[in-house]
Amino acid sequence: MARKNGLRAGEVRRSALFTLPMALLAVLLVALPLIYVLGTSLVESGQSFSFGAAFTLDNYRRLLRADYLMVFLGSLKLAFLTTLVSLLVGYPFAYCMARAGRKLKSLLMMLVIIPFWTSALVRIYGWKILLQANGPVNAVLRGLGLIEKNIKFLGSYGSVLLAMVYCMISFMILPCHSAVDKLDLTLVEAARDLGSKPWRAFLDVTLPLTMPGILAGCVLVFVPSVGMFYLSDIMGGGLVLVGNLIRDQLLKVRDWNTGSAMSMVLIVITAGIYLIYRRSGGDDLGVF
Amino acid sequence: MVCKRKRKIFSPIYLTLVLIILYLPILMVVIYSFNSGRTIGAWQGFTTGWYTRLFHNALMADALKNSLILAVLSAGFAGVIGTLGAIGLAHHRLRASGFIESLATLPMMIPELVLGMAYLALFTAVGVKLGMGALIATHTTFCVPYVFINVKSRLIGMDPAIEEAARDLGASPMRVLRDITLPLIMPSVISGMMLAVAMSLDDVVISFFVTSAETTTLPLKVYTGLRSGGTPEINALSTLMLAAIFIFVALSQLLRARSDRKLYASK
Amino acid sequence: MEEVLLSLRHISKNFGEGDVLSDVSIDVHKGEFVTLLGASGCGKTTTLRIVSGLETPDAGEVILNGQDMTGWPPERRPVNTVFQSYALFPHMNVEKNVAYGLKVRGVDKCAQAARVAEMLELVQMSEYAKRMPAQLSGGQRQRIAIARALAPQPQLLLLDEPLGALDLQLRRQMQIELKRLQKKLGITFIYITHDQEEAINMSDRIAVMRGGRFEQLGTPEEIYDHPATRYVAQFIGRSTLLEGTVRSVDDSLAVIGNENGRFTVDSAHANLRPGERCEICVRTERMRAGRAPVGGFDLPATVRETRYAGGSVLTYAVLADGTEVVAEGEERMSDAPQAGETVYMHWNPAQASVIGGASHGA
Repeated sequence: MARKNGLRAGEVRRSALFTLPMALLAVLLVALPLIYVLGTSLVESGQSFSFGAAFTLDNYRRLLRADYLMVFLGSLKLAFLTTLVSLLVGYPFAYCMARAGRKLKSLLMMLVIIPFWTSALVRIYGWKILLQANGPVNAVLRGLGLIEKNIKFLGSYGSVLLAMVYCMISFMILPCHSAVDKLDLTLVEAARDLGSKPWRAFLDVTLPLTMPGILAGCVLVFVPSVGMFYLSDIMGGGLVLVGNLIRDQLLKVRDWNTGSAMSMVLIVITAGIYLIYRRSGGDDLGVF
Repeated sequence: MVCKRKRKIFSPIYLTLVLIILYLPILMVVIYSFNSGRTIGAWQGFTTGWYTRLFHNALMADALKNSLILAVLSAGFAGVIGTLGAIGLAHHRLRASGFIESLATLPMMIPELVLGMAYLALFTAVGVKLGMGALIATHTTFCVPYVFINVKSRLIGMDPAIEEAARDLGASPMRVLRDITLPLIMPSVISGMMLAVAMSLDDVVISFFVTSAETTTLPLKVYTGLRSGGTPEINALSTLMLAAIFIFVALSQLLRARSDRKLYASK
Repeated sequence: MEEVLLSLRHISKNFGEGDVLSDVSIDVHKGEFVTLLGASGCGKTTTLRIVSGLETPDAGEVILNGQDMTGWPPERRPVNTVFQSYALFPHMNVEKNVAYGLKVRGVDKCAQAARVAEMLELVQMSEYAKRMPAQLSGGQRQRIAIARALAPQPQLLLLDEPLGALDLQLRRQMQIELKRLQKKLGITFIYITHDQEEAINMSDRIAVMRGGRFEQLGTPEEIYDHPATRYVAQFIGRSTLLEGTVRSVDDSLAVIGNENGRFTVDSAHANLRPGERCEICVRTERMRAGRAPVGGFDLPATVRETRYAGGSVLTYAVLADGTEVVAEGEERMSDAPQAGETVYMHWNPAQASVIGGASHGA
């Protein structure tokens, strides 16, 4: 029987050896820092985490203040709206893209992916230029005679939402596109053949069958949206989100323990959404 | 066939419209880097002066050098670590493979802010010196998933019989790795590493936390510049960054498309 | 008999969800063409992988040329495989693919080139030497896969459904070519297929597999004419199975009766005794439907329908207890019995067989 396992044992040993550097990295630079944050959130304010320290839930209790809760709720609301708008704009885009010709499709794919990988910071900066009081958008509107005085776009809730959608929409388009792309077109044709109107066929066939893509897109947009922080800074208007709150705890108030507690709550929200998604049969969210 | 015609018109218009909105802000940054005004405000005339200024700025040169070193080294490390990990985990031979995989790809899922603060807290507590070393370690960590996922999906998509055929023809496992597996996954490794370079060149949040006063990177410069309102010089800098990232991403996409065409042609 | 090249002895394999192979044994002779035939999941591919070394058995031995190589890794075994998916290396051209097995064995460049040329010649692919696999058609890839596996001069060639992905016409052509190739080179083949016709046309011996066991091992003729089990009888060819009790045995002709009537079978192989229960198998092309009973037979049936099958007429009928029988006749459609008519089934007793008869008698 030793012989039987000889081959496989060699393979397992090799796999283990190959995986080792990544496993080490994952433990030292992913697990350990996060455990440290968890620890910090559990010791008294002003203390750093050590194994002897007395544990307390004070930092978490402190989060129950009404204004903090409003910030969390506000962040969730913004994330929800971002997801909704991304879906409404992104799905039709993904649909049209998937139904385009082969050559055009790969071109479109590339055009969608490139901004996806470029600095969000720089792209948001572009919006700031566009929307500023004496910027191009106001100039065009004035030129068309639609407005007389410049509109102050920056700082409005709408401008933050716009910037959020702008940053996140690729995450919606890509999974939706691959879902529509995989969809067997003959199914839609069969529905049409059986007498469905195009709209009906879409609702009865296309939509349910591309639902996995839609769900994946929603999770991929919603999760980072909750933690986004520098966007509202740049767009102005003083909208405070969880991210801003955590940053201020760290850098202004210098209360690392409360900041850590907030981070843990953020991680739990994020992980919770992801887990619910996976439990309800969602696909693995990798690179598409 | 009214509907068909309607869609034929709607589809290109909609696609174009969204793409314009997608690219317009990027274009603005580029255009305004040639604005002769001192602020990002109204357009005042064309100049390339900001680029000249940028190139004569020693601090900027330093930031550029740091960013490039950081990007190349972390992408390189991530390339090796992620590829080995993907080969090790692709066939689920290890009991802990699911756990290691989730942990290693976690940086993609959790907010950068949380990760950044966690690094700062841990490094200070353990006494790790902030600066280039810490930057390389953390950038490698968040670059690994891009290489790992890219390579693993290629490995999973590969017909296992190809590697078996090489064994069958007399190649040892290491020989199979060298002759068959590595050449076949190389395009994914390289495209993953290019994405990693782009991610590293792009990162503000984590760098912000783990860098030292002496070490600054281009995105950090952009960030501080933006927070103080933004100047055409920052536009010029952003444009250069955009150009670098565009090139990397475009190359990575082209490479992938080409290798796909070569290996999976005749469909 | 000839020299034994490969023996599998009591091979068992379990992947954790029940046995994939249980106690499989076979001796394969030098130069023989042995086919493992069975439905998907019967363990034929696992058997092949155990021979090639890509899988290790949980128990049992793989012996090649008298040497136990059970624990050897695939690269040490003088055995090569033609994979179902061909598994050509997509990043190497045809020439490099064929040369690979020689290259890893350290054969020098000149000898490599000569052998590759020879192999490509053999499979008539010489002009494609510089092509990439992606530029070849399915049939061409197939030839390259065979050339690649033959290049290192294996003592045994394993072929895992090599023709499965080809269309029917190309398949027939390749069957003939493969068989010719095997005869010419004198290499031992172990061939997997789920196509019984392919197995019967090509093999020296067939092992019918089911549920990880050999159901029957024998020449195509033995398997076709004397199926050892119900499964083999039904899996190979079209046939009717009839059960009954032996009424009398005379001069190796056994008369068997059941509620439907009475029929006769050659019991030379089966050694039947009166009073015994048995089951017999009649191939459809040997079953006849006559308008009057024939001596030794009294098996009336009601015709359901008749169908022209190109050159012959198939008569579908039911016996008294509802058993369906199919007979093939050479009549034209106009001569064929009508639906509802009563016909009498009969056959040449020597061409029907008692299931399990061979083992029964032995």
